[in-house]
Amino acid sequence: MTKKIKNLNLNFGPQHPAAHGVLRLILELDGEVVEKADPHIGLLHRGTEKLIENKTYMQAVPYFDRLDYVAPMNQEHAFALAIERILEIDVPIRAQYIRVMFCEIGRILSHILNVTTQALDVGALTPSLWGFEERETLMTFYERASGSRLHANYFRAGGVHQDLPAGLERDIGKFCETFPKIINDLENLLTDNRIFKQRNVDIGIVTKEDALDYSFSGVMIRGSGIPWDLRKSQPYDCYEQLKFKIPVGKNGDCYDRYLCRIEEMKESVSIIKQCLTKMEKGPIKTFDGKISPPSKTEIKQSMEALIHHFKLFTEGYRVPKDEIYTAVEAPKGEFGVYLISDGSSKPYKCKIRAPGFSHLQSMDYLIKGHMLADVPAVLGSLDIVFGEVDR
Amino acid sequence: MKNLIDLEKKINSELTTKIKNTLIKHNQIYVEIDKENLLDVVLFIKTNQDIKFRQLIDITAIDYPEETQRFKIVYLFLSHEFNQRMILSYFINEKEVISSLTSVFPSANWMEREVFDMYGVNFKDHPDLRRILTDYGFEGHPLRKDFPLTGHSEVRYSEEKKKVINEPVKLEQNYRNFDYESPWEGTKYLKEITESNDKKN
Repeated sequence: MTKKIKNLNLNFGPQHPAAHGVLRLILELDGEVVEKADPHIGLLHRGTEKLIENKTYMQAVPYFDRLDYVAPMNQEHAFALAIERILEIDVPIRAQYIRVMFCEIGRILSHILNVTTQALDVGALTPSLWGFEERETLMTFYERASGSRLHANYFRAGGVHQDLPAGLERDIGKFCETFPKIINDLENLLTDNRIFKQRNVDIGIVTKEDALDYSFSGVMIRGSGIPWDLRKSQPYDCYEQLKFKIPVGKNGDCYDRYLCRIEEMKESVSIIKQCLTKMEKGPIKTFDGKISPPSKTEIKQSMEALIHHFKLFTEGYRVPKDEIYTAVEAPKGEFGVYLISDGSSKPYKCKIRAPGFSHLQSMDYLIKGHMLADVPAVLGSLDIVFGEVDR
Repeated sequence: MKNLIDLEKKINSELTTKIKNTLIKHNQIYVEIDKENLLDVVLFIKTNQDIKFRQLIDITAIDYPEETQRFKIVYLFLSHEFNQRMILSYFINEKEVISSLTSVFPSANWMEREVFDMYGVNFKDHPDLRRILTDYGFEGHPLRKDFPLTGHSEVRYSEEKKKVINEPVKLEQNYRNFDYESPWEGTKYLKEITESNDKKN
C-alpha cells in the first residue's frame, strides 16, 4: 500500500513571541524540514514616507524614532546628515560628539536586546533579565538628554536639540566602567554554553557572495567575513577622530553574528569613553538663525529672534532643490535616507532604506533545508525590528 | 576605479550611447540612462573588474504627476571594493512596464514589489509580483502624489457583524494643509545684510 505524503503549510505568527514583532511567516514543511518560507510583512505599515512628505523637515524627525524603536537616535542621525549635506552646514564639534555618543548608546541598546532575545528564543531566560536592567539605565540617559526614554526626537539638522544636563556625562562615564562586567557575565552564560552553541553554530550560514547579492549590511555582512563598516569606510561626524576596531566573523553562521554583536558592544563602550574625554564645552547647534531655533531668552530680547522662531515653527526652514542618499551604520546595518528636496520646507520624497528589509527578504534562502526549530534561531540572528521593516 | 572622475570617464567610454547623462555631486555619481538599457548597464557595472558595484542598496520611484514621463525610477548601488556609491535613474510613463533586476540581484525581489505596491509600476519577468507592505485586498498606490494622506478606507471591528470591516473614511474635520510659505522674500539688500550678520554671530 502506498501513502501519499503532502507537505504541511504552517503559519508562524503574526502573534508569536519568537517572531520578534508582527511577522507572518508561511512555512512549507516536509516533516520537520523547512522547504520554503514566505514572510508576509506590512502588518505594522504606517506610511511613514507618505507622512514625511506632508511634514516640514523638523516635524519629520520624530518619525525616524519610530522606525527601529530599539535604537531611535541612529535613525535620526541619517536624516539630520542628509539635510546638513544639502544645506552645507557645519555641525559644532561638541554636537558631533554628543550625537556619536548617543548613537553608540543606541547600538548597545539594540545589541543587548538582540543578543538576549536570541538567547531567549533558544531557551535561555537569564540573559534577558540581566540585559534589560542595563537597557533601563541606558534609557534613563536618553530621558535625561531628550526628555523621552524611547522616542527621543533629539537630533536636529545642524546639531542637537539641547545641551546635556549637568551630571549626565559623569553618569555615562560610570556606566562605561560597570557595563563591561555585565558583558562578561552574559558571555559566561552564553559563549561556551553547550546548548546555545548547539542551536547556533553552523545554522543559517551566509557565504560572502550571497551576503553581497542579498544586500546584507552591518553584522550580517561582517559575520560572513567582509570587513565593511560605514563608520570606518565612509566616516560621518567625528568617527574619523575615534579609535575603534571592526569585529569580523569567519563562518557566517548565527553564532558568529552573536560574537560580532558582543564584540561591537565592547567597542561601543570604548567609543563612548573616548567621546566623553574629548568632549569640550561649546555650542551644540549651528548658529544659523534660519535653521536652528533661538533660545527662550533670546526670543524675549530680540525681534529678529522672535521672527526666526515664528517662521521656523510655522513654515520651517527651506531646503534647496537637490537629491541625496546618506547612509549611517545603524546597529542593524546600513540605514539610509534618500532625500529629494524641491526648495520648499517639506521633503518632496524621503525614501527610507531599512537594513531589516533586505535581511528578512533572505529568510527563504537562509532557512531552506533547516529544521523548524532553527527558524527562531535564524530569525533572532537577523535582528529584525518591524518598525523599520514595515515603515 | 579609485576616483569618481575616472569612474565617470570609464562608464562614459565603455557604455557610450547607453548613458544619457552623468554627474558627480555629494561624493556620489548620478547616472541617467534609457529604460531599454537597464539590464545591460546594470550587468556591466556589476561585473566589470574596474567598477564592481556588487551590491544593490535600494530601488525606489519618484512621482511627478504633472510630467508626461510620470515616474523616475531610481536604483542605488554600492561598491565595497572601491567605496563608491552610484545613483542610476530613468524616467517612464505611467503605463510602461520595466524589466526586473531579480535575475542579476536576488535582493531586487522585495524592492521591486515595494515599488509596485507603492507606485503601481509593473515589472516584466518578476517571479512573484504581489503587494508587500499594504493590507491584503488593498486598492490604490499610496505613495503616488494623488493618493490622499488620509487614504480612502478605514478599518474597524464591527460589533454587529462580529468581524473586522472596511468602510470609507469619515472625518469629523478635513485634513488641513496649511500653506505657510509666504511669497514675500524681503528686500534683497536687507536680506544680504542680515545674512552676513548671522554669520558673524
